[in-house]
Order: sequence, then C-alpha cells, then structure tokens
Amino acid sequence: MQLNRSEMLRAYRQMRLIREFEERLHIENRTGEIAGFTHLYSGQEAVAVGVCENLNKSDFIISTHRGHGHCIAKGGDVPSMMMEIYGRRDGLCKGRGGSMHIADIEQGILGANGIVGAGSPIAVGAALAAKIKKNGGVAVSFIGDGASNQGTVFEAMNMAVVLKVPKIFAFENNGYSEHTGAHYGIGAPDIVQRIKSFGMPVFEYDGFDFFSVHEAARQAIDYARSGNGPAAIYGVTTRYFGHFEGDPQNYRAKGEVEMFRTEKDCMLRFRKMVSDAQLLDVAELDGIDTEVLALIEQSVVNAKAAPPPPPETVTQDVYVSY
Amino acid sequence: MAVKTMRDAINEALFIEMRRDGRVIVLGEDVSGGAGGTGIRDAAGGVFGVTKGLFPEFGEDRVIDTPISESAIIGAANGAALAGLRPVAEIMFADFIGVCLDQIMNQAAKFRYMFGGKCVTPIVVRMAMGAGMNAAGQHSQTIYPMVTSIPGLKVAVPSNPADAKGLLATAIRDDDPVIFLEHKALYSRKGEVPDGEYLVPFGVGSTTREGKDVTLVAIARMVGFAERVADKLAAEGITCDVIDPRTTSPLDEELILESVANTGRLVIVDESNPRCSVAADISSIVAEKAFSYLKAPIIPVTAPHSPVPFARELERVYVPSPERIEAAVRSVMKAG
Repeated sequence: MQLNRSEMLRAYRQMRLIREFEERLHIENRTGEIAGFTHLYSGQEAVAVGVCENLNKSDFIISTHRGHGHCIAKGGDVPSMMMEIYGRRDGLCKGRGGSMHIADIEQGILGANGIVGAGSPIAVGAALAAKIKKNGGVAVSFIGDGASNQGTVFEAMNMAVVLKVPKIFAFENNGYSEHTGAHYGIGAPDIVQRIKSFGMPVFEYDGFDFFSVHEAARQAIDYARSGNGPAAIYGVTTRYFGHFEGDPQNYRAKGEVEMFRTEKDCMLRFRKMVSDAQLLDVAELDGIDTEVLALIEQSVVNAKAAPPPPPETVTQDVYVSY
Repeated sequence: MAVKTMRDAINEALFIEMRRDGRVIVLGEDVSGGAGGTGIRDAAGGVFGVTKGLFPEFGEDRVIDTPISESAIIGAANGAALAGLRPVAEIMFADFIGVCLDQIMNQAAKFRYMFGGKCVTPIVVRMAMGAGMNAAGQHSQTIYPMVTSIPGLKVAVPSNPADAKGLLATAIRDDDPVIFLEHKALYSRKGEVPDGEYLVPFGVGSTTREGKDVTLVAIARMVGFAERVADKLAAEGITCDVIDPRTTSPLDEELILESVANTGRLVIVDESNPRCSVAADISSIVAEKAFSYLKAPIIPVTAPHSPVPFARELERVYVPSPERIEAAVRSVMKAG
C-alpha cells in the first residue's frame, strides 16, 4: 500500500528521532552520568516504526530490554523518556523504571521489559481485553531472536491461537542474542516454519527496508484486527551497538557493523528510495534531521539539569493502597 | 447467614463480583472444564469445583479455559488488567507458582512502581495450597512466605468460609495484585457465611478466641488447630488470644502487638517451612517492637525444613499438630 507524503515524512521523522536518541545516548553514556544498563536500538529503526505506523493510539505494544525505539515509535514523549533514562523526578516513570522499564499506558505502551520473553503473554492479555471489549484494538509484542527461544513466547503463541485474540507477534532478528549468534540459539532450521507451526500466518519483511516492514506489519495487523486471531511478522535487521552500552562486540567480525552502517542502513535506504522515486525532497528530510537534532539536544540539556527524585519517595507507588 | 463450605463461599463471591462488574473475568486451566471435550461443557468448574456454574451464566468471553500454560495465564491476566479488565486467574496448585513466578514477581508486582504509579494491575491469582491430601512435594506447599516478601503484592490466607468470601470480594475490587491462597484441607469446612455482598478488609486480623495468658497467631488451616488448643486449655484455666491475620500482606501488626502487650507470651503457628517464614517475620516484628512485654521466648510452631512428604506417617509429622501447639503453649507458660 502506498503511503502518502505526510505519512512518509512522519515515518522518517520517527526513525530519525530514534536514531539520534540512541546515538546521543551512546555518547552520553561515556560521561558516567547515566546509571545502570542501557541497550540501544540504532540500526533497527525501520522495524519499530514500520510496525507502529500501522497502529492507533489505543492499540497496545509491549517492548523489550532494547525498548527506546519501540516506545518512541508508539508515541512515547522523547524529552520525558530522556529524563527517565537520566533517572529524574519528572521522567516518564518518575525515575522508578529507567531505560529498561519505560512505559506509558495512555499511549498504549505497556512497557519496555527487562525479562527476555516476558512481554508476549502480557500482550496476549491486552489483546484478550480488546476482544472481550470488542473495541477493534490489537496488541503487539516485539520479540528478539533471543526471546524467540523462550518458553513464554511459545506459550503465548499457542494461547493466542487457542483464544483467537487480535495479537501480533513482531519478531525482529538482529543477529545476536546478547553475545551469541542467533543461528546458534535457534535450533529449528527455519524459524518462520516454527512460528507458522503454532497456527498463525507469518508475514516476512526486510528489516533494512522501512516499506517492507510497513507492508508486512499492515497485513499482519489487518489480519488480527479483522478477527482472524493472531499473526506474526518476521525479518532480519542489525544493531549497531553492543548488547549493552560498554559491550565491545568482540563476537562480531571486524568491519561487520561498519558494513551494515554504510551498505544496509535503513535510514540511508529510506532517503535513497524516496528521493530516487521523487516522492520526497532531500531538503525536507534534511530539515527534519536538523529539527530532530535540536530536540534531542534540548532533551539532554533538560534531563541533565533536572532534579532527581526526592529520597523520601522511595516507597511511593508500590501499591495503590496498603 | 447460611452455613456453607469454603468452596461454596468462594464460588458465591465470584458470582456476586462477576454480576456486579462486567470487567471481572476468570481464566485458568479447567475453570469451566470440558472445553474441547465430547461431554458436558461445564464439566469440572475447576479441579476443586470452585468455579462451577460460572460458565453457564457468564459464557466463554468471561470464563476462559486456557491451555496448561501458567506463565501465559498470569501474563494474560496482567495484560488484560493493564488494558482495563479485572482478571481472576486460577493457578490450581500453589506450587505451580514456580512455573509463572516471573509474571507474578517481576511483572504484576512491579508494574505500578516501575511505571511511576501510572498504572494499576488489578489481578487476583487464586491458588490452592497446603498439605493434608498426601499430594507430596509439588502439590502441597504453603507458599505465602515467598509472596508475602514481595513488595507490590497483597496476600490473603482465609481460614474459614465467611472470611474466604469477604476477602475474595475485597481482592477482586482491589486495584493492586492479590495472591489469594485457598487451603485445600479447608474447602469442605463449613461455617456461617453472610448473604449477599460481603467484604472483609485487608490488613485487619481477627481475634477468634480471647484470653490473657498466651497470644496464638495462626495462619489459614492452623487457625482451627489453634482454636482447638485454646478451647482445651481454657478448661484448665490457661486462656489464649487466637489471632488470625487473614492477610499476611498487609499484616495487622497492631493487633498482634496489642495482644502480646497483654499476654507477654507468643506462639506462632505456620504450616510453612521455618526459615524466612511468616512465623519468623512475626517473631522478628514482636522482638523488635514488643520485646519489653515478653515474659518468655517466642515459640514458632512450623513445618520442618523439608519438602512436603508423601507418606501419611511423614505428612502427619510435617504439618504442625494441635499436640505440638499445645506443648508450645505449655512451654511458654512454664518459661515465665
């Protein structure tokens, strides 16, 4: 399906937001100001945005430990997210969650999640609620190649089929489960067949091509939204940074990341495709780049200057009432 | 008021709350029983019969038979709760928490806190617990100490039909995740149960016997044992406060501390293993906050540090008995 101009511009801006957010965090991490573990999504932007551009605000996603991209793509507020990653009082989660637990229920973001594979059963529940309420909603869980081997994901796929819920399993194989090659951990010779064998269709995409992801996701989401039960999408992508910030990526061949950055990058490809086809003007895209960079800069400046959560709030929000 | 079994009292609470609030759903293995079978659709009503009759009234959208997938059951309950429903999930035997602990401990319990207070996760996880059926090591444990220690969860441990009804209704209306533990040996126990809507607040214990010599705190099935001992010793002039906390999280510390301030002696009866148990927890609270009132060392009466055994002779010595409780009471009386 052809996207119109404003849809393409919006998609590009979303991808650029994620890219600059992550590239800047990579730099800022070295200052030591950001506490804890950070897992960056640079390189995979086409997947998060390709999926989420097909969703409504009231649809749900649940993300992974590598969650910034999915959360931005689903409408997470960038300055509030930055503040959360800096552990600030006015962060999206008041400094209680940090990078791995960014959530915004109002935006349909059921959270990044630090437990690999935990999101899929939860998204089955959100989809079940949509089915019971008959509100036309869908729920998406993002599943890395590592999570694709978790029992929780298998349970969720089976239950989603049994209960026929409007649930999309968005598999994104970035090549590495932490430090281990994806092909090592996935025992089945064909992961797409493995997913299909649970009883749902799989729409395959090229993770380096936004338009390919967008189309696969559109088909899967249409299928699920129409009451046919769950569907899956699967494709290969790459991450530019390590499993976590500080991971030297010695398990990757020298030059591998550089090759992906120069030859396969989803942003470069998007720009080339839309300018070659004369769909968008390069100057317009450059304008978005400038605007996004300024937003990220301002977000970092604000986050650094923002106050931390007051110590006496440590037990706030454990319960609604106790 | 009518005399009912605890099974029927819980069933009644489910009916009332499901009729009252269309957002309440029930899901779990065999909760209707018979899905996909060739016989009766509402065949089982849960393996303990607790959810019997819900399916014919509320239908398959609200009474959901699931595959045997505990992680997916609790995960689905969590997601449905975040999306605005109020799921009551059944995990059959409490020991199976081992299969789905992540969804309870890392997800349900932590969402609200990690998300900066911007969500509620109103799930109830019903589980059958406890020894006494020779069900051995993986179908008998009382797992409340583990869940009591997890911030974000509330834990109900009813000891009688009326409390079971009232606590479950409260659990379903509560916006926090609640672990609701039903002792298997109590399902057929009968008692007076108030009619209609009935709520028992969390964190409010009940004093089921009043006395001046010893405070006997007991959990779930142990409450009945403690009452039996208290009644027997009363004839000899030794009187006990029997306190049933009803919820271990929140815990009615005040009721226990006030009683200890009067009696100066404390025996805690807990069917769980002794280390990091509710007995150990209450013992530590009293030692910290009421030390000066104590006339004798606190005696915990617990199961041994072992899994629940199978053989009748072994299970009998595993579960705290009225005889051991009586010996403990006599011992604290002798000590001071």
